Amino acid sequence: MLWLIQMIILIIVVITALAAITVRDLLGAAILFGAYSFMMCLLWAIMGAVDVAFTEASVGAGISTVLFVSAVFRTSRRTKD
Amino acid sequence: MKAAGAIVVLLFGSLLIYCTLDFPSWGDPTSPASTHVSPYYIENTLKDTSVPNIVTAVLADYRGYDTMFETIVIFSAGIACLFLLRRFKHVEPDTRLYRHVPTGITFRIEKGGRYPRESDLFERIDLQWVPHDLIIKTTCRMIIPFIQIFALYVIAHGHHSPGGGFQGGVILGASVILFAVSHNLRAATNRISEKNAVLLCTLGVFLYAATGGLCLLLGSNFLDYSALSQIFGIDPVTARSHGILLVEIGVGMAVMATMISLYYNLASAGKLDEGL
Amino acid sequence: MHDLTLIIISKLNYWIYISLMMIGLYAMIVKNNLVKKIIGMNILQTAVILFFISIGAKNKATIPIIEHAHGSGDHAVSALNYINPLPHVLMLTAIVVAVATLGVALALIIKLHQQYRTLEEDEILAQLQDD
Repeated sequence: MLWLIQMIILIIVVITALAAITVRDLLGAAILFGAYSFMMCLLWAIMGAVDVAFTEASVGAGISTVLFVSAVFRTSRRTKD
Repeated sequence: MKAAGAIVVLLFGSLLIYCTLDFPSWGDPTSPASTHVSPYYIENTLKDTSVPNIVTAVLADYRGYDTMFETIVIFSAGIACLFLLRRFKHVEPDTRLYRHVPTGITFRIEKGGRYPRESDLFERIDLQWVPHDLIIKTTCRMIIPFIQIFALYVIAHGHHSPGGGFQGGVILGASVILFAVSHNLRAATNRISEKNAVLLCTLGVFLYAATGGLCLLLGSNFLDYSALSQIFGIDPVTARSHGILLVEIGVGMAVMATMISLYYNLASAGKLDEGL
Repeated sequence: MHDLTLIIISKLNYWIYISLMMIGLYAMIVKNNLVKKIIGMNILQTAVILFFISIGAKNKATIPIIEHAHGSGDHAVSALNYINPLPHVLMLTAIVVAVATLGVALALIIKLHQQYRTLEEDEILAQLQDD
């Protein structure tokens, strides 16, 4: 049963990772990266690594996304590729 | 370029997949990773340090030297960002925008005009201005104290539950960033200025190294917290638990100050006047 | 054929972790935009951390916080009941280093944009060759 949940979350992780590097809007890429971080945190919590999941939830999904959004705000938002 | 990248990626990927054929199966209790050093940590942590959270005990006590350098790494990242971006020469912008708070009228004052005095009636807003949003400001002002209390709980309770210095420090930094995002960057800078943030960061690293140095002065090894039992008057096991708490507080302070300083520099591109 | 299916089923999650690492590496090499390169670097870092955490898992074992620690007397702590805490400790440091690298990389990007007014790698190289 646990491996089923792990498989589903793994598939969502791969899809968000692929989407984060393909989207042409940099703000969308930053938000998708935040979603990727959250899914990773869930995966680690299922595997039993509660300290690492706590750290990734606060750092990856909190600070990392805010820093990306502020850097995109100070530079350009569209990209050709 | 794309073809070379695809070939390199496929080559590495197939090499790594070929290596996984030798791995032990998932969750094997007799795998080499689980049978050499970690049984010692699992069985002896409670006896040596009376801290139930094995990860915190190993991070702050058994491998405390690594964690001290990790704190120094995050401190130097904050300093590097400051060096890269910060511009100290203050150039006054030509126009300023002010808002009359009771009526909501915004007006702009060109260079050479007279700026209104500091009072409650007029507030200065950024050049890329947003409407005055009362709901967001009030909600964030009410939530931020609870976020900070939760962060202090995470730091102090790191011995018994998942958490510790680093996680609590990041949540504290996130609360100040929430304040800066919902209000003005200037409002956040008035409360925690850049000089105070860097000073806090240095104090955090110094607290960590000073705890180790104190143990050295008391006659034991560097970062051997059982030597602290001489000044507190307790047995060595409890002294190690208190030493872990001290260094976690140091790590929390350093991480909070670095997150604040990183946000200040990145959101205003070094000028520290207008942010997100 | 039956052996092949057995191998695939037992090692499938390791293969997905490796494919995640390769997605991050591909983004770092191939993409022109600098922010996409940084996103690829972070994907690679978190995929490596995921791989290490999966090494520490143990069947029928619980999280590495000792239960009934200060309760009634001393229970013997057996290493078979708790998962391996060492990869967690090392990966905490890895996450800290990842966020530090992210901060410095974004500062460098803002500096580059102030100098060259663009974030695409080929346009920056073209401007460098014109000088």
